[in-house]
Amino acid sequence: MSRIREKVDVCVIGAGHAGCEAALACARLGLETVIFTVSVDSIALMPCNPNVGGSSKGHLVREIDALGGEMGKNIDKTFIQSKMLNISKGPAVHSLRAQADKSEYSREMRKVLENQDHLTIKQGEVVELLTVEDLEHLQDDNSIAEYERVSDNIQIAGVKIFTGAIYECAAVVICTGTYLNSRCLCGESITYTGPNGLQAATHLSHSLEKLGIELRRFKTGTPARMDKRSIDFSKMVEQFGDERIVPFSFSTDPESIQKEQISCWLTYTNEDTHTIIRANLDRSPIYAGIIEGTGPRYCPSIEDKVVKFADKERHQVFIEPEGIHTNEMYVGGMSSSLPEDVQLAMYRTVPGLEHCKIVRNAYAIEYDCIDANQLFPSLEFKKVKGLFSGGQFNGSSGYEEAAAQGLIAGINAAMSILGKEPLILDRSESYIGVLIDDLVFKESREPYRMMTSRAEYRLLLRQDNADLRLREKGYQVGLISKEELDYVNYKKEAIQKEIERLKSVSIGASKTNQEFLESHNSSTLKTGSNLAELLCRPELDYEMLAQLDPERPVLSEEVINQVSIEIKYEGYIERQLRQVEQYKKNESKKIPDSIDYDDIPSLRLEARQKLKSYRPVNVGQASRIAGVSPADISVLLVYLEHRRHAKSNGDD
Amino acid sequence: MHYSDITIAAIATALNNSGISIIRVSGKDAFSIVNEIFRAPGGKTLLEFESHTIHYGYIYDSGSYIDEVMVSVFKAPKSYTMEDTVEINCHGGIVITNKILQIVLEHGAVLAEPGEFTKRAFLNGRIDLSKAEAVMDMIHAKNELSAKASMTHLRGKLSEIIRSVRAEILHDVAYLESAIDDPEHFDLSDFSDTLKDHVVSYIETVQKLYNSADNGKFIKEGINTVIVGKPNAGKSSLLNSLAGKERAIVTEIAGTTRDTIEEQILLNGISLNVIDTAGIRSTEDLVEKIGVDKAREYALSGDLIIYVMDASIPLDENDKSIISLIENKKVIVLLNKSDLETKIHAVDLKEEFPTFFENCIFISTSTKDGVGMEKLEDCIKHMFFSGDLSSNDEVYLTNMRQKQAVGDALKSLNLVKQSLDDDMPEDFLTIDLMSAYTSLGFVIGEEVGDDLVQEIFSKFCMGK
Repeated sequence: MSRIREKVDVCVIGAGHAGCEAALACARLGLETVIFTVSVDSIALMPCNPNVGGSSKGHLVREIDALGGEMGKNIDKTFIQSKMLNISKGPAVHSLRAQADKSEYSREMRKVLENQDHLTIKQGEVVELLTVEDLEHLQDDNSIAEYERVSDNIQIAGVKIFTGAIYECAAVVICTGTYLNSRCLCGESITYTGPNGLQAATHLSHSLEKLGIELRRFKTGTPARMDKRSIDFSKMVEQFGDERIVPFSFSTDPESIQKEQISCWLTYTNEDTHTIIRANLDRSPIYAGIIEGTGPRYCPSIEDKVVKFADKERHQVFIEPEGIHTNEMYVGGMSSSLPEDVQLAMYRTVPGLEHCKIVRNAYAIEYDCIDANQLFPSLEFKKVKGLFSGGQFNGSSGYEEAAAQGLIAGINAAMSILGKEPLILDRSESYIGVLIDDLVFKESREPYRMMTSRAEYRLLLRQDNADLRLREKGYQVGLISKEELDYVNYKKEAIQKEIERLKSVSIGASKTNQEFLESHNSSTLKTGSNLAELLCRPELDYEMLAQLDPERPVLSEEVINQVSIEIKYEGYIERQLRQVEQYKKNESKKIPDSIDYDDIPSLRLEARQKLKSYRPVNVGQASRIAGVSPADISVLLVYLEHRRHAKSNGDD
Repeated sequence: MHYSDITIAAIATALNNSGISIIRVSGKDAFSIVNEIFRAPGGKTLLEFESHTIHYGYIYDSGSYIDEVMVSVFKAPKSYTMEDTVEINCHGGIVITNKILQIVLEHGAVLAEPGEFTKRAFLNGRIDLSKAEAVMDMIHAKNELSAKASMTHLRGKLSEIIRSVRAEILHDVAYLESAIDDPEHFDLSDFSDTLKDHVVSYIETVQKLYNSADNGKFIKEGINTVIVGKPNAGKSSLLNSLAGKERAIVTEIAGTTRDTIEEQILLNGISLNVIDTAGIRSTEDLVEKIGVDKAREYALSGDLIIYVMDASIPLDENDKSIISLIENKKVIVLLNKSDLETKIHAVDLKEEFPTFFENCIFISTSTKDGVGMEKLEDCIKHMFFSGDLSSNDEVYLTNMRQKQAVGDALKSLNLVKQSLDDDMPEDFLTIDLMSAYTSLGFVIGEEVGDDLVQEIFSKFCMGK
């Protein structure tokens, strides 16, 4: 047994997208941090799709960046194609997505980690979490003498790795992704590995259970990768990137990333594909009942699509490059856990893939994770002080969801050590807030994926204003510099000033003005108007109005963009702001930690049990828990009020 | 929404046709709301009145006169709720009272929840320990009861219509959202025309629902129960017995009840609007004739008919005309005067009028001394909770709260239409579509929860 003992501030378990953000955040805040991974070569690995962003996920990346995270900067360095999705729809749902060069992405992120002060990378499987009490019973050989746990108040104090080495610390962030007790299924062939054949982490689950943490089993999957030389692209439709590339990071100069892009390709499944799948369903581990884990519905395997949407004659298949220096192509839309022979037959029915050669088979992966209702919104475990978790381990899916949680878990691990208030974003200020609130307070039975429809105030939570929303929070936490904050404040002021100016510049019904309007197919003025009112008209935009606006100041494109959105959609934005105001009132009603729900007889039993287990910190959170009715909330409000008065009268 | 932002209103007195009724309005906009509809003879506005004073004036609804009223003004915190409060004392009468409440609601107040005035009094600091518990229990109890009653009552056509509109709205939203989430998979290029057609049809349906709440007949909450029968069959004593007090004039002289009398009775938590009608018979007396005609009219509009038969005398022509009047209705037949010698038996009636009496429920009663009343109550209760009793052929919104929710849905749908006409991008449409969906759900007591996400995943094949 190793007798190495080290003392650090924070241990991060796992170096995927969540772990990297968590570790960087802690180290950047000056805390000595170690990040553990089963393989240093798999840092920031993208074991599934070769892209970052997409609808609502692009928003998450922007928010991560605004708070001082790394994902946006890293994809800006390593993308090979970029596209703003939903450009024909409203600004709230514009979403950036970039194809990544996977190995470059991984390499660049590793470089950042390697060069970060206060951060150490350590290859090794963490097998045990150690509490304060455990350390009190530590023996010379790093083993722990048997003892009976006396305290309910469990506080994390370190981790032990497979070699026996112990790292004492004040906070641990678990970011184990899909590696915990994982197994991969490809038809009848089952391997007990993590994604991509990597070593699984098989010991930590037991240690977690010993601490009273409940685990569950989720499943996800990935399609095959094919040799580019075996694909006939002439039978597919080419998918180009945008002409003008928009960066993810607010710190990236757009000019610096305009470059030649690599195309993706679109093809379709057909009746032959579906026939093969149907004929072999009995050999699919899911349909044969071998897989116990719950899979995501938004990312169904091709088997699922064919079974559940039997009337669809074809499904889209996107062929996407995995990088510049590889011939591997990702077959988007056709993830599967069917056996190898069926996979090959099925893929070969798709136009362009008739002679395809599979480099890596599609597979499903099952893993241990938690129901995140065991966490506070700070992502700290309710049962174990100092233990935080983020990413797929929390029951989410997707690189971006993972990175967002990793960042928050890392920040809050740091905050707890520094004795500061945790960073808790709410539903009205960010997608990250929606993501964590949903994970922590809503029941979910499948891996959770971000969607714009989950954000009730999405008109306000645009990807274009993530910096305006969150830079200041990032600054308060300590991950954003004063210069970066100053820039955002300057921008805010410029936007406000320009909006006011446009409202104050009156436009009379002069002949020139009427002619201008007529020439733009806009109705002529009956009474005087102003520039803001004209900008509201769908057929007019800021640039066109230059003609009527000789005094216009010189403003940056991003300021003009914000001004246009604020004015054009003012009515809708105001309505959402009013909703937010209402939402905030319940959020501001705190529920004291010492509340005893058994003391409130009028609560329905179900509500009482739910409230006891979720332990919401404010009334707003309580109201979102399934099984807590509006009447229960009324009862709770009355009780809290009663308690407040009883307290102030000193007769509690 | 936080309670302190919402001004609430409700009828504070028992709803019946006698005396004075009070509509209480409480909250930060109480004065400004009532001020908009109140006119004092001297032209003073409500805002100028001292606290704890009462004033004479009129209620107007967009220029048209409604009623002569007395208005009491209580300024915060010196009121029951400790908020600004106005009490409108009007001339009783169900229709007028409801009308005024409706106007107050249209001007921005929200119908108070059961026990809400007390709850506010409590939340605003009238602290009393025993009261706190009472309030919590009340919230709980009233909520359970009204939830159960509204669910059962709504199992009829109304909920069917609402459910189907909701399902369609949800499907549209799910499609739009799928396309937003997975734009390379779902194409919206021709969808806005389709959606416009859909929205127009939703508006039409919801508008109809909204209008149906306005035709006055069903303005009260509850089931319209009409008591019919020949003169002196015992209708008035039945009403008295149900209402628990001398309400109708009961005499031995046939034809005493010359008009219709309404009474709202709470029977096991079910609200019944009982209308006692003048005995139906051919009459020469002009005053009585008007009463008889009204009775016929009421009988046609009733949800439930209680047909009181004097079982001590055989059927005659008048009975036959009553039967023809109520042929297609839900009917409970009371074979009254069971204390006397019985001339009419259910078996004989079923033989004589097989189509009519086949589905009737027969109860033997003596309304004079209360015999059989329990059985009648049980029977009504059973019919209600089994969903047998619902509104007439047409769909009526019987509940003001529901009407308000339907009104909100209508507003949201009109906003969707406006957005469509303005060519707004699709993601703007779903905001108001979802609001309409939520409001309609409120009418039938359904929360939104994860409906949308479920719908997206079950109806649309998403993801790569």
